[in-house]
Amino acid sequence: MRGRRANLDGIHDLGGITNFGPVRPEPDEPVFHHDWERRVFGMNMAGLAFVGPVDRARHVIERMDAIHYLTTSYYEHWLHGIVTLCEELGYVSAEELESGKAKGPANLPHPAPDATMIEELVRVGMPAIRPCVTAPAFSVGARVMTRNMEVKGHTRLPRYARGRPGTIVAYRACHAFPDTAAHDLGECPQPLYTVRFEASDLWGDNVSRRDCVYLDLWESYLQGLDEGVA
Amino acid sequence: MSDDHHHDHGHGHAHDAPPSPHHSSDRSAEQNRVLEEKVARIEALLIEKGLFDKGALDRVIDIYENDLGPMNGARVVAKAWTDPGFKERLLQDGSAAIAELGFGGLQGEHLVVCENTPEVHNLVVCTLCSCYPWPVLGLPPAWYKDAAYRSRVVVDPRGVLADFDTDIADDVEVRVWDSSSEMRYLVLPERPAGTEHLTEDELAQLVHRDAMIGVRKVEPA
Repeated sequence: MRGRRANLDGIHDLGGITNFGPVRPEPDEPVFHHDWERRVFGMNMAGLAFVGPVDRARHVIERMDAIHYLTTSYYEHWLHGIVTLCEELGYVSAEELESGKAKGPANLPHPAPDATMIEELVRVGMPAIRPCVTAPAFSVGARVMTRNMEVKGHTRLPRYARGRPGTIVAYRACHAFPDTAAHDLGECPQPLYTVRFEASDLWGDNVSRRDCVYLDLWESYLQGLDEGVA
Repeated sequence: MSDDHHHDHGHGHAHDAPPSPHHSSDRSAEQNRVLEEKVARIEALLIEKGLFDKGALDRVIDIYENDLGPMNGARVVAKAWTDPGFKERLLQDGSAAIAELGFGGLQGEHLVVCENTPEVHNLVVCTLCSCYPWPVLGLPPAWYKDAAYRSRVVVDPRGVLADFDTDIADDVEVRVWDSSSEMRYLVLPERPAGTEHLTEDELAQLVHRDAMIGVRKVEPA
């Protein structure tokens, strides 16, 4: 499992495509449309203790084949995720998944959390902020350029915002770094900033010049544009 | 830019649109039956293997189906509209101010509140997956998780707003917040005119989920 990654720019990175049709809000939408969705959500949440970190759970969905991803629904993605992770982590075998019959107990480090422990997890959450090991390199107002990089695994820098100029609008403290955390390479916390991109810098001249996109980006995604800044 | 969208599909009501595989609630009865059976089999297997506890699974579904939802965010908004000190704290440190009302936790550990004004309209998306502030809004609606919204709102926010019959004046700046980290964003909508006489509880009744994502405005009662 360690280091398992797709060498990918995945289909999950959807920002900027405009031909998926209109957004269709559903009046009085229920939280779940079918009982199987309810159970898939519950399995992913109740299984968090064994399949985390969250970035690994995101990346297993990102590794889905593009056509499979686009032709399945949100909770089908989650079903694919929990089953794939349980198999890759060695908790369940392909044979067991096929037959539906357990051949023996999973080799788990501790018992599964009970209802009280799950309530506590929901109440407390899993904060991403970590003690800072470096001072932030950029201050609010600094001009930055995002790196343009071929992605070797999980990342949170969307394709549409690579190699683009922006402005730091907030410093959010040091956060665990998804690009390493997703691949068992450690949390490697880094300063996180909110960066403002003008719509015209992302999309060209054919959009409203007044509009903009804000993204939260880790320091290693950024290069300084101002003189005298690394 | 948004003119094209008006002509393409009127105002984009759901009933105008053809069936699309990209809308995740569109599954045939047969597909859903197959999924029900498959999921039941996998759940039974993974419980037998000790991967999770049935009571924990039932409880976590109950929490997100019944205990958490946009009624929490509506209380935050109504308090911000009626208590200037709270609003100031809310905009300064969203997590801390929202914790005053007892809300926080999973997928809302680091909350930021974006205030709509006559000059600025905010809306929230997660283009890479479906990040959403669960403690204050509950689980996201299907459209928030589907490809149509996630793909288009960053490049054509005004066209997407038109799908919700929301028109933002040309001289208003539209800010799209793409939730790429564990920071979670909640929009503080503008308080509608003519609501000066309403109490905080009555105001909370007016505030709906879509206004706190930023795709609609709050209308007067």
